[in-house]
Amino acid sequence: MAFPLTPDETEALLLSLRVSTVAVFSGLPFALALALFLARVRFPGKIVVDGIVHLPLVLPPVAIGFLLLVLFGTREGPGAWLYQTFGIRFVFSWTGAVLASSLITLPFQVRAIRLALESADPGLDLAARTLGAGWWDRLATVTLPLAVPGIVAGAITAFAASLGEFGAIITFVSNIPGETRTLPLAIYSALQSPGGEAEAARLSLISIVLALVFMTLAELAQRRLKR
Amino acid sequence: MSVVVEIKHRFGDFALDVAFAAEDGVTSLFGPSGAGKTSAINAVAGLFKPDAGRIVIAGRTVFDARVFVPPEHRRIGYVFQDSRLFPHMSVADNLRYGWRRASRRMAESEIARIVDMLGLGPLLARASRALSGGEKSRVALGRALLSSPDLLLLDEPLAALDAARRAEILPYLERLRETGLPMLHVSHSVDEVARLADKVAMLRDGRVTAQGSVFDLLVRMEAIGAVLDTQVEGHRDGLTVLGFDGGRLLVPEIAREGRVRVRLRAEDILVAREEPQRISANNILPATVVSANGGDVQLALGNSRMMARITRASAARLALAPGVGVFAIVKSVIVDH
Repeated sequence: MAFPLTPDETEALLLSLRVSTVAVFSGLPFALALALFLARVRFPGKIVVDGIVHLPLVLPPVAIGFLLLVLFGTREGPGAWLYQTFGIRFVFSWTGAVLASSLITLPFQVRAIRLALESADPGLDLAARTLGAGWWDRLATVTLPLAVPGIVAGAITAFAASLGEFGAIITFVSNIPGETRTLPLAIYSALQSPGGEAEAARLSLISIVLALVFMTLAELAQRRLKR
Repeated sequence: MSVVVEIKHRFGDFALDVAFAAEDGVTSLFGPSGAGKTSAINAVAGLFKPDAGRIVIAGRTVFDARVFVPPEHRRIGYVFQDSRLFPHMSVADNLRYGWRRASRRMAESEIARIVDMLGLGPLLARASRALSGGEKSRVALGRALLSSPDLLLLDEPLAALDAARRAEILPYLERLRETGLPMLHVSHSVDEVARLADKVAMLRDGRVTAQGSVFDLLVRMEAIGAVLDTQVEGHRDGLTVLGFDGGRLLVPEIAREGRVRVRLRAEDILVAREEPQRISANNILPATVVSANGGDVQLALGNSRMMARITRASAARLALAPGVGVFAIVKSVIVDH
């Protein structure tokens, strides 16, 4: 196996890292809101909302990609409106890969944050109230700081999962070198071309190493939470 | 400054229906576990909304049929049994938490005084996770005080501590009592109530069964010999003279001045019809029998009350009846340090 990587391979690797990073950070506010909602609010039909949040875990990624294509395609619907009004276009763009990745990895973030919120001592929140802290104040000074290990663990897991996203990306934003061809798509492309097995193997090895590194980091963050 | 609490609330099978008033000083809610003591002060703190009633703190109605002031706006300090320090903050940040959010921020000099009173100086830079149980209690106390509360709530502040830690905290609580801050204190320990309380409300099964001054109530309800607030009058011959409303007590010399609270055990008080001569006891006090119920003899000395526990046979032999003049012979006096 030959290292260093070819320029195309490097490009795919860097794109993957960029897409996953942006996907995790843009998904975080939504994950926080959903986790808070699920952890704190009691209402009938919560189980349904919980199910919807977790749907991306079990739905075929291709189906999600298709759904995004229907919603954000520039010809009609919300996607057309976004494109015509703001010039925002997701299809055939790396931002579309971000959107798909962040949707698919949202359950990982929500789950980890919710777990952290639910394992926090509710007595601390009451103590903060008696000391004069209102809702937002307590969120910023007690709830979220205590959930930091969960937030970090969720973000790392989501990042690792996002690196592996294939179906939704290729369906939604296609396989464009330098724009939407992330690591998994590059592996796929290598396998499609004659004699590309060595390249596919190299890229797969990189994927394995990255996955291992980030899963280990996520586990370490979770352990911190349990202490 | 006063606190008026009249609340009714149902928790499943348990009905809380309490009415009590507290003034300046320490009011203890005293009773067995499950009597509703903690629920009562949680209602005062605003941690839940009672079904009916009213709560007035320092002239401000914080709860009635139309009003519900949330805990963050009640200006109360709450010292929880498990201290509840914020584990992600240092001791100093914990202390400042309520201070920063207070509507009237306490002056720096006042902060320094409280930090000093509670001996918190050496702890300030420490992580709150790293403190011992007793240290945590002190920090929790300081944190509540720095928020300049109108009323301080103490939920069994000593229950989670072992005897040594308890002895470490009690003097701080006693010093706090001297500051005159109104406090509502929950406890099931007679000792703790006897040391701290000015007034007591007894709770049982969600109701207040009796309330009054600690001196009368503990003696009447718990058969403690006596709880007396005394004044150090002098030291001589290895003894300290303590004056109280009803006489003087001599105790082995203590290195203290000013006010000292002492307790007597009912078993340590003997009753004589005539003044005994040539007896080793230092404390022989003229008293009047208030009631003699079997062997439990209640005595009045000035405005103070004492309970002597003697045998039924002795009570009969001495013909103890209300109004009879006797002498109380006090064998030993408990002085808390």
